[in-house]
Amino acid sequence: MSVLVNKNSKILVQGFTGTEGTFHATQMIEYGTQVVGGVTPGKGGSSHLDRPVFNTVADCVKTTGANVSIIFVPPAFAADAIMEAAEAGVELVVCITEGIPVQDMVKVKNYLQGKNTRLIGPNCPGVITAGECKVGIMPGFVFKQGRIGIVSKSGTLTYEAADQVAKAGLGISTAIGIGGDPIIGTPTKDAVALLMADPETDAIVMIGEIGGGMEAEAANWIKENGNKKPVVGFIAGQTAPPGRRMGHAGAIVGGADDTAAAKMKIMEECGIHVVSSPADIGKKMAEVLKK
Amino acid sequence: MNLHEYQAKELLKKYNVPVQEGFACSTVQEAEEAYRQIKTETGSKFAVVKAQIHAGGRGKGAVKETGMNGVKVGKSLEDIQEFAKGILGGTLVTIQTGPAGKVVNKILVAQDMYYDGPSERKEFYLSILLDRSKGQNVIMYSTEGGMNIEDVAHDTPEKIYKEWVHPGGGLQGFQARKIAFNLGLSGEAFKNCVKFVTNLYNAYVGLDCAMLEINPLFKASDDKIIAVDCKLSLDDNALMRHPDVAALRDITEEDPTEVEAGKYNLNFVKLDGNVGCMVNGAGLAMATMDMIKLSGGEPANFLDVGGTANAQTVEAGFKIIMKDPNVKAILINIFGGIVRCDRVAAGVIDAYKNLGNINIPIIVRLQGTNAEEAKKLIDESGLKVQSAILLSEAADLVKKAVA
Repeated sequence: MSVLVNKNSKILVQGFTGTEGTFHATQMIEYGTQVVGGVTPGKGGSSHLDRPVFNTVADCVKTTGANVSIIFVPPAFAADAIMEAAEAGVELVVCITEGIPVQDMVKVKNYLQGKNTRLIGPNCPGVITAGECKVGIMPGFVFKQGRIGIVSKSGTLTYEAADQVAKAGLGISTAIGIGGDPIIGTPTKDAVALLMADPETDAIVMIGEIGGGMEAEAANWIKENGNKKPVVGFIAGQTAPPGRRMGHAGAIVGGADDTAAAKMKIMEECGIHVVSSPADIGKKMAEVLKK
Repeated sequence: MNLHEYQAKELLKKYNVPVQEGFACSTVQEAEEAYRQIKTETGSKFAVVKAQIHAGGRGKGAVKETGMNGVKVGKSLEDIQEFAKGILGGTLVTIQTGPAGKVVNKILVAQDMYYDGPSERKEFYLSILLDRSKGQNVIMYSTEGGMNIEDVAHDTPEKIYKEWVHPGGGLQGFQARKIAFNLGLSGEAFKNCVKFVTNLYNAYVGLDCAMLEINPLFKASDDKIIAVDCKLSLDDNALMRHPDVAALRDITEEDPTEVEAGKYNLNFVKLDGNVGCMVNGAGLAMATMDMIKLSGGEPANFLDVGGTANAQTVEAGFKIIMKDPNVKAILINIFGGIVRCDRVAAGVIDAYKNLGNINIPIIVRLQGTNAEEAKKLIDESGLKVQSAILLSEAADLVKKAVA
């Protein structure tokens, strides 16, 4: 058992034959991920990286039995790609694309309601179950196998956390990059809940950033559900000025509730082990687990 | 991206949203001409002069050089001339601009909407924005217009109403009617308000706005419903499908260093601190800023170099950071995944040599793919560059550099 993806997951790549799709699909295959095919409209019937290419997601699913999709489609067409995957019945859709218009994601979120599709991202590094399956753009070698789960809005900060966890003598079960956009498919709370229920995860690293209320929502959920596993938390952007977007489309302080300080306070009140320096994530996790 | 009031009003007119009409003017002569035309069209001698800058609080703000407020009502050609002279080219300081203020390159000479008539004039507030938690657009409105909405929310939260719009169905007629009823309108004004709200919502969606704020939303004494002021910001991600709107960008309103960084595809935000930083990834960049602060420094910038940290991007980053004379040290923090650290290290060494005159400490922290080789390259380069692999080591080096 593991969260979201494992060695049995069958992955299809949307935007398979593009530069990004080709590069990262190759990396995923090298990691041992079962990439079963890809979709590039107009190139159906051809072959790419020794895998079949299809015109539609539905065709790809029917032929290959793929149950997970990863999307490398440019921003203007990414919302459409997500909805196509959902319509084809793909259980898990991981959207890497950065820069999707917000109103497109409003439509996507509504479209996904009532469907059996979970969306991770967009604007995320993807999901990795260490040693089994990588559906994303993260450097696989950083994620040593182990029993710590990671939920994070940020890509490189996820790698940083995984590396620190490994240096502290621990390892990763599944790391979920949920994405840095204002509207994402799987908010912090849902990702944390998955890891809380996973028998192969002992503790969780939860990395957030300024903007929005997802961390507070997750913290309250963790407390209400009895703090079953220890959680180490970090919020990036303690020094970010209000009203300025810090790289990620969602990373902007709009009011008093979405500052780093406010989020850290709620997280602490809910029993999360909050570190103020990003350099202390691994150390803190080791400390907490020793207790 | 933010727009000026006059630009936003032009866009709203395309969606049949009634606005306070006016002319954008860059010179006193243009302002005179605008006044004459307005006087002919309206038959009123009153007109308003409004400074066009990307900041609120213009009415209470004052031009540094002349002491004149950023919004003035005049009743003669002489008044308009005086206001145009006093505002154009001056530096307007408002509660939102900070003490440095902003230079006014354009003024809007507009109709006066506060004329007398059969019914009572009223000022409301209305804005449309994204409710992130629901993933839906929300119309926020209040009977308390013309003032700071944050104050209204704080002092009298019961006077703020919210109407969420279904993402599939869009804004419904009953919702627009509810808004008009809640604002206490009846008769012609009610009908005009329903049309106004419906068209405004179409503009919000059609233009891919991030935020559209009308304050005041004005009921004139003849029951017209009009946008007297307008603050419009666009979703940067959607500008690709609105090239005509993207062309309205006014770079004189932006920090020149940020504009230059944009040319190199660097995501840069200028801050006031003394330690510059260059990082790959937005989250790690924010975390690095936080770490600088915890180490006793203050971050001088946010800079995300993205997925490709090569010699060109590093060199451009160096140049941009070093434009700021307050920078006492620079921290480069790269977590190499797909990007190989030894390549980044080579890039740092090349950039350093090309620039030649760097006389502040440079701290390079490279972790991830080929981190050891990268550290060796830096250490053996003979340059005054300090290297680190762990984030905690980098923090210690920053501590020393700012001590």
